[in-house]
Amino acid sequence: MKFAMRIVEQRELLLATVILFMLVVIASINPGFVHPENLASVFNDTSILIILALGQMLVILTRCIDLSVAANVALTGMVVALINSVFPGVPIPLLLVLSLILGAGLGAINGAFVWLLSVPAIVVTLGTMSIYRGVIFLLSGGEWVNAHQMSPEFLALPRQVFLGLPVLSWIALVVMVAVYLLSRFRPFGRELYASGGNPHAAFYTGINVGLTQFKAFVISGALAGLCGYLWVSRYAVAYVEVANGFELQVVAACVIGGISIMGGVGSVGGVILGALFLGIINNSLSVVGVSQFWQLAISGSVILIAVIANSRSERRADRIILRKAIAADALQPNPGTAASR
Amino acid sequence: MTTDTPLFALRNVSKVFPGVKALDDVQLELYSGQVTALVGENGAGKSTLVKTMTGIYQPEAGDIWFNGEVVSFPNPEAARQMGITAIHQETVLFDELSVAENIFVGSYPTKGWLKSIDWSTMNERARAILAEIEAPLSPTAPLKGLSIGQKHMVAIARALSVKARVVILDEPTAALSHHEIQELYEIIERLKANGTAILFITHKFDEIFAVADRYTVFRDGRYIGAGSIKEVTEPELVEMMVARSVKDTYPKVEAELGDTVFSVKSLSHPTEFDDISFDVRRGEILGLYGLVGAGRTEIMKAIIGLSPKASGQVFLDGQPIDIRSPAEAIHHGIVYVPEERQQQGVMLDLPIYQNISLPQLHRTSKAGFLRPSREYELTQDYAKRLNVKTSNWSEVVNNLSGGNQQKVVIAKWLATDPKVIILDEPTKGIDIGSKAAVHQFMSELVQQGLAVIMVSSELPEVMGMADRIIVMHEGLITQTLLRSEASAEGIVSAATGGQS
Repeated sequence: MKFAMRIVEQRELLLATVILFMLVVIASINPGFVHPENLASVFNDTSILIILALGQMLVILTRCIDLSVAANVALTGMVVALINSVFPGVPIPLLLVLSLILGAGLGAINGAFVWLLSVPAIVVTLGTMSIYRGVIFLLSGGEWVNAHQMSPEFLALPRQVFLGLPVLSWIALVVMVAVYLLSRFRPFGRELYASGGNPHAAFYTGINVGLTQFKAFVISGALAGLCGYLWVSRYAVAYVEVANGFELQVVAACVIGGISIMGGVGSVGGVILGALFLGIINNSLSVVGVSQFWQLAISGSVILIAVIANSRSERRADRIILRKAIAADALQPNPGTAASR
Repeated sequence: MTTDTPLFALRNVSKVFPGVKALDDVQLELYSGQVTALVGENGAGKSTLVKTMTGIYQPEAGDIWFNGEVVSFPNPEAARQMGITAIHQETVLFDELSVAENIFVGSYPTKGWLKSIDWSTMNERARAILAEIEAPLSPTAPLKGLSIGQKHMVAIARALSVKARVVILDEPTAALSHHEIQELYEIIERLKANGTAILFITHKFDEIFAVADRYTVFRDGRYIGAGSIKEVTEPELVEMMVARSVKDTYPKVEAELGDTVFSVKSLSHPTEFDDISFDVRRGEILGLYGLVGAGRTEIMKAIIGLSPKASGQVFLDGQPIDIRSPAEAIHHGIVYVPEERQQQGVMLDLPIYQNISLPQLHRTSKAGFLRPSREYELTQDYAKRLNVKTSNWSEVVNNLSGGNQQKVVIAKWLATDPKVIILDEPTKGIDIGSKAAVHQFMSELVQQGLAVIMVSSELPEVMGMADRIIVMHEGLITQTLLRSEASAEGIVSAATGGQS
């Protein structure tokens, strides 16, 4: 299946070309947009989307989906904002670790339902998505935590410039490298691809498919937790509706980046490009004087085109029955885990 | 009943795909009231032929004759209108619909100007068709409760609902038990009596000689020959198929038997099997024969920790071991090559080398990071031994042929350096050439001191390859035979519950 690999590679190439083309068009209208400083700020703006999309990618590779990431961001963000407002003395690194742990815990709840109870991931995370938002309301009583309630250090961290880039951008770069190494060179990465590509065969091969899915949810959750702090400190406000609907942008970045929603196919490079693509659209439309409404329409069209491109690349003669069989399997949650217990 | 002119014929038909001539000037004649067996290895062009006959493909050259006239099928519906239907190995039915709904799917009888479904007419007509093939099924029963054999009856009823003149049975018995195959034969007899022309595609020679009136042989997309089944013998047919002698189909080599390496004592399961005990020695091929549903695969799954066992013990080198998952089985050196290659065996989207290293990712990595060079080495060692045909170990498995995929699966397991290898239907659905390669390889394995447990439903394979044969019937071991004592009659009798 060099063919499909080529498509994935081409997908990255194609996306890079499209992004370059977009930049050329935007530059012709507003040359200021492609100024390195502005591009760096677009990247910084897209950092949170990139981090969340990379976590989501790990989950989708295992043939699951995490719709609760945005709610996780909001809940974790609210918790660290509340702690900061009540105990301003708590050091920021400790808050960062706390947001990672809390996010991982929320991810673990999703993962446990999928792994131990074999509930389809879309159902689990649709449920926890609402539950996590509800918990924010209970914690905050519906009140906002505003900038003046947060300590200056709390607000400063993502903005601090280090070697020419804000810390937020550096965190995104570190996550990019880490997820790349994890997915390409760690045994766990291979297990992710195997679990999603063919759960039956993975289980026969000695891979604990359910546990692999659980771990993917935990990592996705931890990254979402990290983004919770980053989001709240960057925008200097925490409330129930933070990042409302953002999970769709996250999934969109994955799909545009060539992650197969059926699991087992995709790469870090594609996801980063997919996220950057959305980031550039988000940032450029107002610059070139196009209504924000078009942003949604363009994102939606691109997602459809990406999905069609995926399904066409997978449509090969004499494999249709097999694909159907796999699709049918996908509807039954976790064949492996059910048998293992 | 026999007529001189065929009801359906293909004359000088060719079908070309980019780079491949799938059908090269082929002939086929089907006669009313007769069963014609289509014989050929994988890749002989059988499935292309079926698709050409049913309007899925259009031939580049040649004519399709039906009822003495040249016809063309621009689409599947045209062929269906003509009364040409195919029943496939994996029949496409709808689990959530009723039997009658499945029979009439796509052409429901309707009533009124709203064209609402006429349920009573539909169920009545379904009942009539089911009675015709003497299938004891209720039209309103949901399909999901039926056995595979009963689902086949529904598929056949569907074929009959459109007044089938030509019925294509594409490996219909692959998933059926002995009893269900007998029922299928009876249905075929009834179709014949109705004057239907039947094309029967199968890999199993006993079936050809049991039901077919005529045969047609294809090889590499070409027509080789045809004739009456009475005037041909199995070796002649095989020779036409493969153009070589089949003496080496069962290259059984007596290996030196060593100590008992693996044994099972009183293994039981609440529903599937009871009190199973056997042992295997180094250098031995233990054959496990039984009909579908005898519990063989379930025993193997219990052994490797895929499904729970109620009671019993497993010993490796005399030591009791407890295996709770496939990972633990691999750790102990017991590996299982499952029956469903594509669903349970390979990762289609991963490259060959990643498939082969998959069971031992931790052994091919260092300090927690994978070493592709080590994975390539492993692949070269084992995939080469199995003669996997590819230009590149980074080739994705999906691009390989079925036979080569099976070789990748076996190479994957051998690379784990097992003590015991369990092969579940190792040659199911693969052509005679690949079969011989797999059998040859089994002989090599036991010569190297491995213990092989071979689960098989093919009597010639069990009698040709196994040193000892365990026969199972409905979850019980009914007989254990040495190779020298085995007779086909004795084994079949034990497998069907008779006493011999």
